[in-house]
Amino acid sequence: MRWGSTIKLAGLLVLVAVIAVLAVKPVFPEGKVPWLPLTRDIDLGLDLQGGVHVVLEAKDTEDIKVDDQKMDQLLATIERRVNGFGVSEPVVQREGERRIVVELAGIDDPEAAVDSIVKTAYLEFIAPDGKVILTGADLENAVESIRQDTNQAIVNLEFTPEGTKKFAEATKKYLHQNIAIVLDGQLLQNPYVKDPILDGKAFIDGYASFEEAHEIGVLLRSGALPVKVEVMEKRTVGPTLGKDSLDRSIKAGIIGLALILAFMVTYYRVPGLVANIALLIYSIIVLGLFVVFDVVLTLPGIAGFILSLGIAVDANIIIFERIKEELKNGKSLRSAIDAGFKRAFVAVLDSNVTTLIAAVVLYYFGASMVRGFALTLSIGILSSMFTAITLTRWMLKLTADTRIIKNTKFYGA
Amino acid sequence: MFHIIHKRKLWYIISAAIIIPGLISLFIQGLNLGIDFTGGNITEVKFKKDVTTAQVREVVKEQGLTDKYIQKSTGGVFLIRTEVLTEEENEKMLKALDEELGGMTLLRNNKVGPTIGAELTRQALLALAVASVLMVLYITWRFEFKQGIAAIAAILHDVLVTVGLLSIMQVEINSAFVAAILTIIGYSINDTIVIFDRIRENLALKKGMKIADVINISLWQTMARSINTTGTVLFVLAALYFFGGTTINNFVLALIIGVTSGAYSSIFTASPLWYDMLDKKRRQKAVKPTA
Repeated sequence: MRWGSTIKLAGLLVLVAVIAVLAVKPVFPEGKVPWLPLTRDIDLGLDLQGGVHVVLEAKDTEDIKVDDQKMDQLLATIERRVNGFGVSEPVVQREGERRIVVELAGIDDPEAAVDSIVKTAYLEFIAPDGKVILTGADLENAVESIRQDTNQAIVNLEFTPEGTKKFAEATKKYLHQNIAIVLDGQLLQNPYVKDPILDGKAFIDGYASFEEAHEIGVLLRSGALPVKVEVMEKRTVGPTLGKDSLDRSIKAGIIGLALILAFMVTYYRVPGLVANIALLIYSIIVLGLFVVFDVVLTLPGIAGFILSLGIAVDANIIIFERIKEELKNGKSLRSAIDAGFKRAFVAVLDSNVTTLIAAVVLYYFGASMVRGFALTLSIGILSSMFTAITLTRWMLKLTADTRIIKNTKFYGA
Repeated sequence: MFHIIHKRKLWYIISAAIIIPGLISLFIQGLNLGIDFTGGNITEVKFKKDVTTAQVREVVKEQGLTDKYIQKSTGGVFLIRTEVLTEEENEKMLKALDEELGGMTLLRNNKVGPTIGAELTRQALLALAVASVLMVLYITWRFEFKQGIAAIAAILHDVLVTVGLLSIMQVEINSAFVAAILTIIGYSINDTIVIFDRIRENLALKKGMKIADVINISLWQTMARSINTTGTVLFVLAALYFFGGTTINNFVLALIIGVTSGAYSSIFTASPLWYDMLDKKRRQKAVKPTA
């Protein structure tokens, strides 16, 4: 036994074990070490934490045609609405000429949220003779509240100076008549004008709950959508399914990993053990890269990662089969390891480059949901090449140098 | 050990025996396309009470909607697929299901417009074409053009086997299927290249041998690796299939079929095809060191 190499190898094993535990288990109290555990900083996709992904498309109508300016207004309006819901880190993005993608994570009622986003919210005050007096554009503010006297939920309206003037004139002109308040063509109420209203304030009542009033408040504050909008695509995942999917994939990953580890040790013995340690290091590197690249982990993404575990051992298998052959040809352990790596390198390189081509093409041409998969697969291929060519080689040589196991049978001969 | 190249007719027959029924099924019943391709709504809900498929269908009907199918799975979970619904129709249906059948939890509610499906198909075909061209170019550079063609033929083999079997089984296909096909391609070509690499090496080493024998030796030398790698990949896929949850089951199933086919084709399709593509002179002559 050589003590230098043995100590190095033992040190390495302890280091890997410590890093592996720190990466996934919260050893330190919350917040003490900001980047631990590693897995905490990986963002989960909508399919794993629940939420909604909507693709909206602006449509031309007879009166209003979609153009760039309208799209900018639309984006701004939708952003204001989404912010009104109080969702953390919402995504509102323009995609292509007339599409907008909205992603809301971790909300309780995704259906209602989508419903509020696509509502035009076009508010009108209409005189008995059918003339439009004011529209939502004349609003300065709209705030929901509970009336002290009746305990009813209402939305308080406050007009702009110009709107105040228009409203004052209208309430004078249509005194002792009714003025209709209409939202998206639906009559909300039809109040009777008792006195002229000069201060530019009004309210809408008749809401069943404060939440309902709040929703209308958000819509009116954010303004009407400048163009007609249709839902092209919508994917809602409830929080229960998301959690379930995450738990199941983690379980599947652990079982798959255990099967690989068991197979490698049984079949390849000492090199198999070394490959298993390399596989653990590989997993840690990949998780670290997920954090670095801000990868949003989706269900296909996890599948890609788990699949890459299977592919990652491939490089090791190619190398070990080569070492076996070299040993059978009568080479010494050291030179068999050297020759095995040298010869296997070309095969590992060429085969991985071709796979990488497929993954990169998938990333460029694929829809957003397969992109996560392509990215995790690419990161996996590159990291597996790195660990197989550098780490496994170094560790295998170190193990051979310790001379604890001299019988080449344990190396596959 | 048998001679893989000499028995190549047998391997072609085995491939044909799987691919031809698949193609017939594709022509007759096609693929079972999910809403990602056809457009439509799919809703997954979990009812609190014991509910039958007929009851769910009745409620959907009451809303003036017709379902394409309603599928019951374990634990009171139902999948309801319909044509594309407007937001109002969708909301009405969910509300009715919740109120009339004793309460439910919404697990998933997806809507895909018909144009999205067409875009997805176009994207997928484009990705396939671009990936194939790039891979042939790379193989031509690192190996030779005819091997590139043989490798792509093996890929086509795997895609046909996978698509054909999925058609026979009528497994529902969604956008993740595109990712599955591309992964299968990547995996299959990976396998093929490892073997071609060994042939390249042996062509330089085994001078005086016939090329059919060089290929045969190379295939047997890489056999343990081919089997072991496929084994480990199938281990993880099996784990994903049995424990990974229903949402990705079809995706994993496609991968299991494709990976198995990919392992087969890299041994029994790509190299024999390459041999068949070589001209007579090169086949009969002993191997000379390549220039």
